[in-house]
This record gives sequence, C-alpha cells and structure tokens, in this order.
Amino acid sequence: MSNKENQPKQEKTDVEGVITVALAGNANVGKSVIFNQLTGLHQHVGNWPGKTVKRAEGTLVHDDYTIDVVDLPGIYSLSTYSLEERVSREYIAVEHPDAIINVVDASALERNLFFTAQLLELEPHLIVALNLMDIAGKRGVHVNTRRLSESLGVPVVATTAVKSLGLHELMDEAIRVHKEGSPTSRPLSFGPEVEKTVATLTKALEDLETLYPRRWVAVKLLESDEEIETLVYERSPHIREEVEAAKKKMEEIHGHDTASVITSERYIQASRIAAEVSTHVEPGRSGWRSLEDATSHPVFGYAIMIGVVVGMFFSIFTLGGFATGILGSAFDALKTWYFVAVGEGAIQGFVWSGLIEGVMAGVSIALPYIVPFFLVLSLLEDSGYLARIAFLMDSLMHKIGLHGKGFIPMMLGFGCNVPACLGCSIMETERERLICAFVSSLVPCAARSIVIMGLVATYLGFGWAAALYAIDFALIFILGRIAFKVLPGEPVGLIMEMPIYRRPSAKVTAQRTWFRVKDFVYEAFPIMVAGNFVIYIANALGLIAIIQDIFSPVTVWWLGLPAATGVVLIFGILRKELTLILLASIMGTTNFTLILTTTQMFVFAFVVMIYIPCIATIAVLAKEFGGKTAAIISLTEVLLAVVLGGILYRALLLLGFG
Amino acid sequence: MSESVEEYLEAIYAFNEKGELAKNQDLADRLRVSPASVTQMIKKLADEGLLTYEPYKGVLLTGKGTARAQKVVRKHRLIERFLHDALGFSKEKVHDEACRLEHSLSDEVASALCENMSNPPTCPDDGNPIPPCTLDYSTCDQCKALRERESSRLLTQLSRLRPGDSGRVSFTRGGGTARQRIADMGLCHGAEVKVVNAAPFQGPVEVEVRGTRLALGRELADKVYIEVGEAAEPASHPHGPHHVIH
Repeated sequence: MSNKENQPKQEKTDVEGVITVALAGNANVGKSVIFNQLTGLHQHVGNWPGKTVKRAEGTLVHDDYTIDVVDLPGIYSLSTYSLEERVSREYIAVEHPDAIINVVDASALERNLFFTAQLLELEPHLIVALNLMDIAGKRGVHVNTRRLSESLGVPVVATTAVKSLGLHELMDEAIRVHKEGSPTSRPLSFGPEVEKTVATLTKALEDLETLYPRRWVAVKLLESDEEIETLVYERSPHIREEVEAAKKKMEEIHGHDTASVITSERYIQASRIAAEVSTHVEPGRSGWRSLEDATSHPVFGYAIMIGVVVGMFFSIFTLGGFATGILGSAFDALKTWYFVAVGEGAIQGFVWSGLIEGVMAGVSIALPYIVPFFLVLSLLEDSGYLARIAFLMDSLMHKIGLHGKGFIPMMLGFGCNVPACLGCSIMETERERLICAFVSSLVPCAARSIVIMGLVATYLGFGWAAALYAIDFALIFILGRIAFKVLPGEPVGLIMEMPIYRRPSAKVTAQRTWFRVKDFVYEAFPIMVAGNFVIYIANALGLIAIIQDIFSPVTVWWLGLPAATGVVLIFGILRKELTLILLASIMGTTNFTLILTTTQMFVFAFVVMIYIPCIATIAVLAKEFGGKTAAIISLTEVLLAVVLGGILYRALLLLGFG
Repeated sequence: MSESVEEYLEAIYAFNEKGELAKNQDLADRLRVSPASVTQMIKKLADEGLLTYEPYKGVLLTGKGTARAQKVVRKHRLIERFLHDALGFSKEKVHDEACRLEHSLSDEVASALCENMSNPPTCPDDGNPIPPCTLDYSTCDQCKALRERESSRLLTQLSRLRPGDSGRVSFTRGGGTARQRIADMGLCHGAEVKVVNAAPFQGPVEVEVRGTRLALGRELADKVYIEVGEAAEPASHPHGPHHVIH
C-alpha cells in the first residue's frame, strides 16, 4: 500500500529480542486455550485502561526471543457494537503489535474468515492459526491450509490447541514475520463497484493524519462508523460531502444502506474463500447433535436444565459444606496449637484475630464453595452447555430487563456474588453489565443461604425460608426493571453463537479454574483481611459499642430486633454467614428460639439477605464500575433492607406472629 | 393467487395470530364452506408447503404461508383503516368492505395507502396489528421509489419462521446498534438461513447460518426480513390433482 510510508509507525527496534504478539478471533475458537498453553503460569490479567474489558497478557521464551502475548477479547467484527470491539481495533491500529495471530475455527470457516477479512483491512503482520482441526474433521470439514494461505496472502498454521499441536510452528512464524519487516498482507478486494468507490475515497483521504490505514478509514466512513466519522470530520470536514455522495450512489445501486452492502461484500469474500479451500461432507448424525437438540428442546430442554442446575448446586453445597467442616476444625486445632505455642496475650490475640483469622475465613468458608463452583462452571462453558441455558432463559431474563446471557452471572451469584459481578463482563454493553451486576449482588449467595437455612428453615420451617427466597426474587425482578428504565442507553437483545458440544479437556478446565480462583483470591482476600483488621481494631477501641448505640433506633425501634444485632450486622459486611455465628456467641446460645421471636428471626434473616453486598463484592463492584457506582448500589441496598425490614416487622406483628 | 386460497390463508392467520391452531370446523364456520372443502384445501396448501396439519389439533402456517397470508391481511387491514379514518365508515362496516376490496388491490396501491396514512400500526375494528411493510425503507420518503420497482419476492420476519423453515436474508429494519451485529454474525443480505429451534414463551430462535448456529432474541428476529419464496403463484395445471372445483 502506497499510503503505508507516510503513516506514523512505532519504531521497530524497541528492544532486541522482545516481540509482541496479539491473539485475535471469535469467541469459542480456543483463543484462550492457545494463550494458556503458550504462556502457562506466566500471565497477568488486568483491565484495559478505563474499561471493564479484561486484558490478559503473558510471556514465553522461544528461540532466544521473549514473546509477549496479548489475548484480545473474543469478537466477531471490528465495528463499535461492544466495548471489546472498540478496544481491539484501537489496540491493533495504535499499538502495532509485531504480529497478530488470528485464531480461526476450522469448523466454522465462513464466519471466522469474515473477521479475518476485517483484520486484513488493518494491514497488520497477520498469521492465521487454523484451530479446532480435530473437531472440524469430525464434522466432515476438511481445510486445505496451503490454499487458504494463498487465498489470504498470509501464513496459515494448523493447530489443535487442547493438545498443544502446531503452537511451536505458530511461534516460529511469529518470529519470522517479525524479522520480515513491514507487513506484506493486503486487504481482500470487494466487488468492482464497491472497490472503485473505496479507492476514490482513499485517495481523497491522502492528506489525513491518522494511525489507521487510509483504505480502512475510507471503508469505515462508508459504513457510517461514528468513532471514525468524528475523528475524520473534525480535522477535515470537507470530506463529509464526498463520503455522503458516495454513500448515496452506492445505496441507489444496491438498494440497501452502505453498511449492509459492505458487510455483505465481506461475507462474499469469506464464503468464496471458504468454498475454495474447504470441502464438507455431511457426517452421519452424531450423538452430540442429538444432545444439542434435546438440551434446547422446548420441553426436555427445561427439564434437563433444571436437573443440571439443581445437580450442580447440590454437589457444590455438599462438597463445600464437607470441606468447610474439615477446614474449620483444622483451623480450630491450629488456633489451639497457636495459643499454646505463643502463649495468650494482647499481641498474640491481635495477630490471630486481627490478621490470621481474615485469611482463614477466606480459605475455610469462601474457597470450599468457590473452587468447585468454578470447576463446574468451566465444564459447562467448555462443553458448550452454558449457551443453551442462556437460550432457554432469554424470555425470563427479559422480564428483569436483561437478555439470556445475564442468567449466567446470576447463576454464579448463588454460589458467590464476587464471581457473579466479575462474570457480568459477558454482557455486551456497560449498561447491561451494570444492571446485571446490580441484580447479581442481590442474589442469595451461599453465605446468605447459610443464614436462611440455619436460622429460618431450621427454626421456622422450610416454608418460611422459601418465602424469603420468593421475596428476594421479587425484589430482583422489581429492581431490575427499575434499573432497566432508569439507566440511559439502548437495551441490547440476545445474539450469540450456539457452540457445538464437545468434550471438555481436563487440562483446559483445570487451567481455567485455577486462573479464576487465583483472580478471586487476589481480588477478594486483601479486602477480607483488611476489613477483618479494621473491625477488630474498632472493637478493641470500643467503637463497636458506640456504633451499636447509634444504630439502636434503627435496629431496636424500627426493625424490632435485639440491640446486639447492631454489632452483628456490622461484622456481617465482612461475611454474611458470620452474622449467625456472632449472634450465637454474643447471646451465649445456639438455640435461637430462646433469644429471637418468629418475627425477629424472619426480619433478621431478611435484613441480612438484602442489607449490603459483602465487602468483597463491594470491592469488585468498585473495581469494575468505579467507587461511586459501588457506593450507590450499597446504599440502595441498605435503605431497601431497612425500609422493607421495618414494614415486614409491622406486617408480621399485625398478622399475629410473635 | 386465487381468491379462495387467500381467504383460507387469511382465516388461518387470524387463528394463528392469537396463538391457536386453526381447526377444520372453525375454518368451515368462518369461511361458510363445508368441512369437506376445508379438508381438501388444507391438503392442497400443505402440499404447497404453506401450512402443516396436526390431526385433531388444527393447522399452523409455515413461514412461507405466513408471508403469503401477511400480504393479504396487510391489504385488508390497511383498507379498513382507510375506510374508517379517511372515508368515515363505521367500525362495523369496514370488515366486509375490506374483504371485497383486498383481492383486487395491487401491492403498489397498498404501499401508497400505507404511506398516505403514515404507516398505521393497527386496524380499526379489532385493533390487531397490521403486518409490516416488506420494502427495505428507512424513511417513508423512500417508499415511492421502492414500491414502484417492487418485485414478486415474498418476505416475512425471521421470527415468523417455524423450525424447519428456511429462506434468504433480505434486510434488517431498525435494531439500532444490534443491526450491525446481526449482519456481522452472518445474517446479512443474501445469507441462507434455516430455523432449527424456537424457545417457548416468546424466547429466542435458533438459526443455522453459514455453517454455524446462532441464537437470536425474538425482538431482534422480528427485525430481520427473510425472503421465503416468490409471491406469484406458479400456474397450476387446470386438471392437476389438487385443483379445487367449485
């Protein structure tokens, strides 16, 4: 491309022997698997500056080169539909990685090449990793890599990432194209009509100072890409007229708007190449296919889903409860041993209660539930079943203003709100993410279920516990609707790929679980320890008693609870299940019927369920959406719990309960 | 399309619209014909791929059947609206008048009526929605140019297709930012689609497109227009096996 030379470009000689490679491709093509296989444990997950989009980076050494790998989010296009798409195209155009590895699903070549066509328009050092070759083979798709490479004009490496096949060659290619100097890839040509318009417009943009290739800018202007329009028309407003005229002419010829015409043109390129380089033999009906049909069936689909979800929670709670029990007694033993070893004393007590106990609580209470939860989640994800759940739950989720994918983080919320809030990044827009995180923070997590089960179900009966859950779901529904109405922006509907079922690989599942647990430990543990520390100090200074007095009008008069619940509720911010344990220790009994009336038990459990997200959840909300949003969500929930708790108390009294 | 086929499709559409299957007896009552004629016609329409018949339950239009029914229902309801709003006819009278006029109204005149009344959403007598225009317009200004060169393509929304139905994407109307996404995922002009599944309770539809499967929320599937066939009826042989003799 002639416009390449006068374009500002990063110096190629940054550091000898260090090259940056970015992984780009659709979702579910095994991009993250390649990333994990390449970088192993040498990776770091952060956010893109100012965005709620994950940025995963890692390093490896290959042939004396240190290769930095950036895993770009899974996307289908380089338009501005989602935050991920914006982040990716800006990264490719502005930061100029030494090579881009486009991971392509060999079994769905046409849609994947549509994205490849768009990457080529950015004129980078492109390498195609033709992945999932094994699955493609099973589905009767055979791709000729040599011909694909010829058609695209870039190197193509066949890979089967789960088995680490082809990854070595991939890195060889990355180093080779890096040594090669300036990129040799060319955009694919559109049809003659469109190509002529694009060429004319590219010429008109010759004087424009931009980091993006000019041809790409011309195409984006024809597509009415708002970001690029602003960028270009601010500097050269005179071009607008020419663009509008070109668009009008194109629309008259094709009978559709230019954005649709260009998208169709790209798909024509993609399907032409796919047809040229691959052969497809319809395989016999496989067992997987029947399973796919059964799991999204209007009747059996729901039955299977309920079975899977109930089974999942049952096994997680059983396993978690068992592990918590064992770890809890182990720590009790450790505690006894500790005080025997170091002796009783103020400092020793401080070290244990102020510092160690925070960590212990995380390990013995949170992890036993979270580890199996992530494990099961990863299995559901890798197998392709999660998409079926989203499909079946879409119409229900619409009632609370979200689409089907929103069910997934909410489902996570039953285990723990922290991964739920992190999981909201599967929604496409900031608005959807926020609604989703807000409602997810109200989902009764394992800790809240412990209180509900341990207090209400045990002493009042299962019906009362069910009533609490029902109230919670009603609140989620109402607040979801309100958030949906109040928040600015356009609601987004469900569009997602229904991945084919495949057997999850043990290594991939283990890796993914490990990274998620690590993430959770890094995010939540420091806050749990710090929170524990602060409350310990406050308690030691006698502040807690003062706070309790200040709160007593609310707790005693308005909510009708014993004064001691003031302290309990403060500690509950750390971990909600702590409220029950503390209440027992303050009141000096675990027989709650002696200290609480029916009404008090119910109101107490209700307040604990709603009153605030736990401190780890608040921290994650603050990290993902900013401190202000986290504060607003927390305050809303406090107000809600207090107001409704008081009403509930009076209503129950009126109904004649003690 | 013969008048009697149109009448049948219209009647079945009216039942399907309410979420019911059209029963043989109900159709006979509504169209004032004998159940035997209904059975015969249902067989003929089923053979043409316009509907499916479930014994003892009734009939359901296919995507293609819906597209054809929508064309005539749209004319019917536009005429009702025009008679009521512009000519001051009473609500009680518009239905019978429209029944007579609908079969002779050309597509171009129907579009002109629609534009003249600024794209009315519902018909006057029972408030049912008027099936949407199938021209790829973004503003009503384009209506005139488009309707003049309207072809014989038969279109309906993707959401109207039933599992097993297939067609070719024509265009997407509205949809905001999701519009580009729909196209990016492969549902752009010219793409062949096949509906493989539809979730109950107005849930999403699952479609096969470009060798992969996509789930599309119902509200988005409403915006995608699919070409399901030619509107002009192939000349049927006068002595063909399914020819209905009145």
